Amino acid sequence: MSVASPSSSALFKLLKGKRELILNIISPLLMLLAWEIAAQMGWIDVRFFPAPSKIFNTLLKLIESGALWRHLSASMQRLFWGFLFGGIPALLLGIAMGLNRTFRAVLDPIVSATYPIPKSAILPLILLIFGLGEASKIVMVAVGIFYPILINTVAGVLEINAIYFDVSRNFGARGWQVFRTVAFPGALPLIMTGIKLGVGMGLILISLAEMVGAKSGLGYMMWNAWEILSVETMYVGLLVIAALGIVFTLVLTEIERLIVPWKVTR
Amino acid sequence: MNMAQQPIAATGAGADDIKIRMSELSKVFETRKGPFVAIDQLSLEIPQGCFFMIVGPSGCGKTTLLRILAGLESQSSGELIINQPKTSQRPGNSMVFQGDSLFPWMSVFDNAAYGLRMRRRPVAEINEIVGHYLARTGLRKFRDSYPHQLSGGMRQRVSIARAFANDPDILLMDEPFSALDEQNKLLLQEELLKIWEETRKTVMFITHSVDEAVTLGDRILVMSAHPGRAKSIVDVPFARPRSVLELRARPEYGEFVYHIWGHLRDEVDRARALDEASAS
Ligand SMILES: Nc1ncnc2c1ncn2[C@@H]1O[C@H](COP(=O)(O)OP(=O)(O)O)[C@@H](O)[C@H]1O
Ligand SMILES: [Mg+2]
Repeated sequence: MSVASPSSSALFKLLKGKRELILNIISPLLMLLAWEIAAQMGWIDVRFFPAPSKIFNTLLKLIESGALWRHLSASMQRLFWGFLFGGIPALLLGIAMGLNRTFRAVLDPIVSATYPIPKSAILPLILLIFGLGEASKIVMVAVGIFYPILINTVAGVLEINAIYFDVSRNFGARGWQVFRTVAFPGALPLIMTGIKLGVGMGLILISLAEMVGAKSGLGYMMWNAWEILSVETMYVGLLVIAALGIVFTLVLTEIERLIVPWKVTR
Repeated sequence: MNMAQQPIAATGAGADDIKIRMSELSKVFETRKGPFVAIDQLSLEIPQGCFFMIVGPSGCGKTTLLRILAGLESQSSGELIINQPKTSQRPGNSMVFQGDSLFPWMSVFDNAAYGLRMRRRPVAEINEIVGHYLARTGLRKFRDSYPHQLSGGMRQRVSIARAFANDPDILLMDEPFSALDEQNKLLLQEELLKIWEETRKTVMFITHSVDEAVTLGDRILVMSAHPGRAKSIVDVPFARPRSVLELRARPEYGEFVYHIWGHLRDEVDRARALDEASAS
């Protein structure tokens, strides 16, 4: 780069800071390109693997008709409420377990025993209890998000150096103050990890839950596409979910950079 | 918590001036290898306003003693009396901890304001006091920085500002300068003496440096190792206010340091012999 012109070196500088961001965007684009070529050349069966351009057309149609937006916002709302109902109790319980030995001793075995149950396997039970309406979807997401946040929060609190608790005690912090000034901020790096994992789990579970007895949502859209044999719509659903996954990861990583400035990774 | 013990009624002349009194204070840790005596029957009287130094080889129980005074640990036996007027609004003590103890998630200002905030002091008061001590420790420009952006010396200054801003009855300082280079150490010692002159608080200061003990202290406790005991207590004869460099240039200073070293050397030798014996 030593012979680069001023303008290109400025561009280089700009890109350098965002290198990871750019790689994140380029790699899926390259995969799509390879796919398109393979479909056009007839190397793959387009009944199962339609060309990305066809999928893109369907995507445009679904956007125009407003259907995609309707499904997307239904899923997002369920994800949001599930995130709140699962995440906040997980956070509070996690910090309490991290701070209190007795609490931990009582709850640890329960968490360890229920955590490995595949969340998809409890869908029938959830449907039985909460019915086919919104509640069952939200509960599915909440359950999926609960565990990663709980487990990471507990680990996050336990990882806090004991000296910080000594400092807070010596300077007169009591109860809620210790929670707010030491336990929560100290556990935040791992809480963010838990949130990222939880959101990923939430996306999986919401699509699954919406395939059963729902009339809206991305999962429903895909399930319905199977019933009417519209493979392209199915792929649009997959695409949107994948895009959501990427967007959430990027946004959460950016949030992490803002709220955990002392743990910056360069 | 032992901090909660009632102040004793003053008995006899001068008893009022005793800030901290320990009688036969012991601390035994239960370890996997059995009980470990960290402090053995330590008796001490520390007058109000005394800059009290504790020197001793590492592992002799200095930190443990300070933690007991801070109420972070309780003694196994013996008595500890801290004489604080019942009417005092001040916190009993504030500790400058050994090693890094700043909250990485708080700015310099928030770290220094921590004690005042926990005691819910008014915002205006916090701004004024914390601003004052950040200025005194040369940190005004760094009030919004985070600890990871500061050098070790600056972090230590924040830690000192945090303790002073809390305006405690007793200051507990656990080897606050031992991780610093000579220049930084000298500047901070000088600054600490200046700030202390303004308040004349009772200070318990741990160090493993005899130089530091003689430079800063009014009285020095030399501790012996394994188990931690009072080996000797020596009064420092130098007048205040002191200037670190001027004091060190005086011949009496060197003689006095040598004198203290005499007390300590046996202890260091003995500790080393013990270590070697247990290693082989
Ligand atoms: N919580 C503890 N449990 C067991 N042993 C301890 C504990 N804290 C300190 N000790 C032991 O007590 C001795 C004195 O420790 P400390 O007070 O930290 O020494 P110093 O500060 O003088 O270097 C050391 O041998 C240390 O290993
Ligand atoms: Mg120590």
